Amino acid sequence: MSDFKQYLKRILVIALVIYVCFLLQTSIFSRYRLAGVTPNILLCVVATYGFMKGRRYGIWVGFFTGLLLDIFSGTLFGSYALIYMYIGLLNGLFKKQFFGDDLRLPMILIGTSDLIYGTASYFARFTVKSQHSFSFYLLNLIIPEVVYTLLVSIFVYYMILYINNWLEKMEKKGSDRIGNY
Amino acid sequence: MRQRKSNGGIPSKYLLTILSIICIMLLFFSYSTGFTGGPLETIANHIFIPMQKGIDYIGSTIAISSADTKTKKQLVAENEELTEQVDELNDKIKSYELKLGELDELQKLYELDQNYYDYETTGARIIGRGTSNWFNTFTIDKGKKDGIKVNMNVIADGGLVGIVSSVGDSYAVVRAIIDDTSNVSATISSTEDNCIVSGSLENMTASNVINYSNLSDSDDKVAIGDIVVTSNISDKYLPGLMIGYISSVNLDENDLSKSGTITPVVDFKHLSDVLVIKQLKESYKSE
Repeated sequence: MSDFKQYLKRILVIALVIYVCFLLQTSIFSRYRLAGVTPNILLCVVATYGFMKGRRYGIWVGFFTGLLLDIFSGTLFGSYALIYMYIGLLNGLFKKQFFGDDLRLPMILIGTSDLIYGTASYFARFTVKSQHSFSFYLLNLIIPEVVYTLLVSIFVYYMILYINNWLEKMEKKGSDRIGNY
Repeated sequence: MRQRKSNGGIPSKYLLTILSIICIMLLFFSYSTGFTGGPLETIANHIFIPMQKGIDYIGSTIAISSADTKTKKQLVAENEELTEQVDELNDKIKSYELKLGELDELQKLYELDQNYYDYETTGARIIGRGTSNWFNTFTIDKGKKDGIKVNMNVIADGGLVGIVSSVGDSYAVVRAIIDDTSNVSATISSTEDNCIVSGSLENMTASNVINYSNLSDSDDKVAIGDIVVTSNISDKYLPGLMIGYISSVNLDENDLSKSGTITPVVDFKHLSDVLVIKQLKESYKSE
C-alpha cells in the first residue's frame, strides 16, 4: 500500500513539473523571445528525468510530454510523443555517468538533445516540403534554440534536482518509520 | 536468462517497443482520420486553458501598467496630435459616406448584393503561442462552446491570419498563413490572376514576407504593390479576404509562370486579438 502511495506521489510530482513547464514555455517564455525563438523547456524536463532516473523514466516522461504537445500542436498526432520518447531513452543511457552537482554532463546532454530534436524536426519537415536549406534552419532556428534552452535549462535542472532530492528524502523517512513500527 | 530490474515492472526495451508501436499507430490514425486528441483534448481543456487565460490576463495587465508610466507632457502632446487626427478622419469619413452611397446605388444597378465582408465574426484572444519554434501556430480562448469549428478562417487587422486546425471545448489551435506547411489559393485583385501563397519561415525571419508561386501573368500586368486576396476557387478559405501586397515579381525558369514575395497586412509578431469568421467555405458554396 505504501509502495503504491509512493508511486502515486512520484507520478503526481512529475505531472506537476511538466504542467508548470508547459505553461512556462507556451505562455510566459513565448512573450520573451530571443532571436525569434522560445526555449524548449519541456525537452529539458524530459532529458533531466532521463539521465537522473534512467531509461524507463525517460521513456515515460518523454511519451507523456510528447502527447501533451501533440494535443496543442494541431499537427500529426503522435509525432512529438515518438521523438520525445527516444530523447528520453537516449538520456537514460547516461544514468551511470551522472553525478548530481556536476553541471557539465547535464548541459552537454540537454544541448545535444535539443540539437537532435532540431535536426529531426528539420527532416520531418523535409519530407513535406523539400526546398529548404539546412544551413538556414541550423543558424536561425536550431542553434539559437539550443543556446536559449541551455540558458534556461540551468534553472530547470536545479529545480528538478531539488524536487527529486526532496522527494527521495521524504520517501526514505517514510520507509524508516514503517520499519520502526 | 531474463534480465531482472531492481524496481520491477516491464524492462525498458519492451516498454520502448510497445510505446513506439502505439505512437506509429497514432500517427497513421491521425493521418488518415484527422484525429487530434479526442478525449485527451477535453482533459487538456480543463487543466491548461484556465491557467493560460490567467497568465495571459496578468501579462496584459502588466503591459497596460507599463503604458501608465507616460509623463503628463507626453500625454498632452499625444492628445493634441490625436485630436487633429480625429478631425482629419472625420472629414474623410464624410466624403467616404457620400461615395459609399453612390457605390450602393451602383451596386443595386448591377445587382451585386453579394458583400464579401458581411461574414459573422467572433473576437478571440491569443492565450498561447506555438508549442515549438518550427510551427507558427497559436491557441485562442474560444472553442466548440463558442461555435468554433475546424477550417474556420481567422482574420485580424483586416487581413487573413490563418485557419483553425483543431478545436477543444474552450480553445482552438490556429495555424498561421506564414507557417511552412500552409498553402492558400489566392487571386491578384487587379488582374484576377490566380496563384498559390505559401508560408515560409525562411523568408519570414529574413525579411517579413511570404512566398507566392504559379502565377500565370502573360501580359506582365501584375506589379509591385498589387493587392492579393484569397481566391474563390479555394476549398477552405473564404473568397475576398486580404492577404497582403506584392513586394517582388520574378519570372520562373519555365518562362510561363511567375513567383515572388508578398508582404502580409497582418503584423504576426505583435498579434494579441483575432477575429474568427463563423462561416465555413462549404456552407458558403451551398448557398
